[in-house]
Amino acid sequence: MCLAAPGRVIAIAGNEATVDYGGVRTSARLDALGEPVAVGDYVLVHTGFAIRRLSPEDGEETLRLFDELLASLQEVPRPPRAGDVGEGR
Amino acid sequence: MTRDVERISALQGAGGELMGRLLKEHVLSRFSRRSAGRIGLDQLDDGATIDLPQEGEVVITTDSHVVKPIFFPGGDIGRLAACGTLNDLAVMGARPLALTLGLVLEEGFPIGDLERVLDSLDGVLVEVGAALVAGDTKVMGRGELDGIVINTTGLGVAAGPGGRAIGDADFAVGDRVVVSGTIGDHGMALLASREEFHLESSLRSDVAAIWPAIERALAIGGVKAMKDPTRGGLAAALNEMARKSQTCLEVEESAIPVRDEARALADLVGISPLDVANEGKAVLIVEAAKVGDVLAALRSHPLGQDAALIGEVTSEYRGRVVLSTGVGGRRFLEMPLGDPVPRIC
Amino acid sequence: MTRPFAFGDPERARALADAILLLVPAQRVKIVHVCGTHEVTITQHGLRRLLPERVEILEGPGCPVCVTPTRDIDLAVRLAEAGAILCTFGDMTRVPGTRRTLEDARSTGADVRTVLSASEAVAISRKTDRDVVFFAVGFETTAPMTAAILLDRPPPNLSVLVSHKLIPPAMAALLGLPGAEVSGYIAPGHVSTVIGTRPYEALSNEHRMPVVVGGFEPLDVLYAIALVLRQIRDRSPRVENAYPRAVTEEGNRRAQAMMAEVFEASDVAWRGIGTIPASGLALRERFAAFDARRRFPAEGVEGEETIPGCRCSEVLTARAVPTDCPLFATRCTPLTPVGPCMVGGEGACSIWFRYGGRPRL
Repeated sequence: MCLAAPGRVIAIAGNEATVDYGGVRTSARLDALGEPVAVGDYVLVHTGFAIRRLSPEDGEETLRLFDELLASLQEVPRPPRAGDVGEGR
Repeated sequence: MTRDVERISALQGAGGELMGRLLKEHVLSRFSRRSAGRIGLDQLDDGATIDLPQEGEVVITTDSHVVKPIFFPGGDIGRLAACGTLNDLAVMGARPLALTLGLVLEEGFPIGDLERVLDSLDGVLVEVGAALVAGDTKVMGRGELDGIVINTTGLGVAAGPGGRAIGDADFAVGDRVVVSGTIGDHGMALLASREEFHLESSLRSDVAAIWPAIERALAIGGVKAMKDPTRGGLAAALNEMARKSQTCLEVEESAIPVRDEARALADLVGISPLDVANEGKAVLIVEAAKVGDVLAALRSHPLGQDAALIGEVTSEYRGRVVLSTGVGGRRFLEMPLGDPVPRIC
Repeated sequence: MTRPFAFGDPERARALADAILLLVPAQRVKIVHVCGTHEVTITQHGLRRLLPERVEILEGPGCPVCVTPTRDIDLAVRLAEAGAILCTFGDMTRVPGTRRTLEDARSTGADVRTVLSASEAVAISRKTDRDVVFFAVGFETTAPMTAAILLDRPPPNLSVLVSHKLIPPAMAALLGLPGAEVSGYIAPGHVSTVIGTRPYEALSNEHRMPVVVGGFEPLDVLYAIALVLRQIRDRSPRVENAYPRAVTEEGNRRAQAMMAEVFEASDVAWRGIGTIPASGLALRERFAAFDARRRFPAEGVEGEETIPGCRCSEVLTARAVPTDCPLFATRCTPLTPVGPCMVGGEGACSIWFRYGGRPRL
């Protein structure tokens, strides 16, 4: 239900932005975004409307979250539980 | 000021003087290579003759083309009509010699467009060194046909070892799966150009006659089967080959070359580049020992520069295609059903 | 070129799969998500193969097309047959009503048009004097767009057949069904971009249910699964945001405000589930002139036809998977669909069929 793609804003004209997804461009309406957006920002677009502004730092933050989880599991020794061993791979 | 566009009239379809003039001035004159034997196009005889080399199986194939729009990014229906048929010959391992051309035109079709289309077709023939030797032109009334329909029949001779044509299913477990270049370009380019999507993109069809690249691969030896992944894309071609040979084709998603823009469009509309047509590519099944050299041979030609080894023939799920996904998962790659429809929400 | 929001590298995927193994409890775990796009990510990338056998992940009612009640389809068909230009999103045209689909209506001359956006329906209505009806289907990601066009001087010949539904009430309702046995939820990322994470708190608290808001890249999904399992391990069920780059606690206030201005909550029927209180949207009085339901009142038949053998209602409520249904891939295929789960591009059956029907290859 959520097909929304992130793209980069390359132009803005009033209520509409031109968004580039890596060689493919569409226009997206900005009236449902609720925050200012500038050329160079990334937006998440769903059925022709921008719903969220993203920045590449958000992307890096995502990777940090993944890595944080992985690191936390390495620190804590896994308590042994019955039925765990060799299951399900 | 409107300039009167010269258009096909019903009278021209009636045969006789007007048809003769149409052919002479606007059709026959577009072609540079007009014979492949003693009797060719210029003779306007009832048929043409073709000089065949001493050995090699004769291969014949036919295709009709109704693509819309007729002019699309990277090509047009003329180029497509020539390449479609010539590539069918190429993936049978046959050097193309001659093409016939059946044209059905709607009354009112702009003659300028006709000339553009035929020029494109001619351009391809010049690229591969084949000739247009026979044809037929008909006109249907306004509204009875949508613009133009083109049929091309191609004739070639098998150029591989022993003069044997190469099928699409005579291979075995252990052989390798190769594609001659980036996948999904034509289908994604046409998708992007559909008006209702309001997209701008730099995607272009890959429509091209690939015999010159295939010829180099065949010279190496070890090519056991080939197919051109047109309608239904790579997924359809691989599935057909798997079913006919009753083997399993296992391919690595991350090894399949796909242009960045094609991938971007795929993400946007939820249609996979593996499911859409290619008009300048081939799938080759190659003996493992020869695959390195075959790849090098393909890559030595511009039309094969992105050739890649994408998988291997196994026996795990006979008749099926298995995809190892980029992230480390695994699933079947299925035969696509009909025209892909974009997912929206 | 760089794709800063693509997360699919196999090394991290392997590491997250290992993390899932470390976190998985002894008992079976059934994680439910409610988003067709989540199911596509899982199935397309073959993610189930990376999970231990006893972790199951199923799609619930995440396909807006699949859960649209027959009554709404029938009304849309009637309007199209009566001469309105009926605009809707892709798959809606093939969902069976009581008698026919919108596609059937189109084939006998009705003007049914596929649009990719609510604004396209507006553009169409500006170019004609005829009645144009926009069949507005979708969850909270899509409802703001319908609100936006109604707030933007819509032409008088446009009306909207509102069939939007709300996700949190459906998630709560599912838990009350016999055989639900949900261990944790993955909440839909882009619905949550709009509504924020707060709407899930009530159901998480009341049912002591892990709710992790997940993104749609393969690593996002694996990460969300890991967080659900961690909550189960730590016995600390709560609402957790695994998609902070696109989701905040308060969500998109502007989109919410637009929705609140245009819509009010209403009790609506979900195909395969039944009526869920306050789970849908209806147009407020102020927009009555654009409400297709008021302009063209329906005599509708309540209730759904049950199709013998079809297990859609169980699939939609995450109590069965497509391969549990005897019709799957035999009588019921995308070209010959029996139930709505096979028609909607976001239905589990349609997705499983498209990607080979073997979740753990």
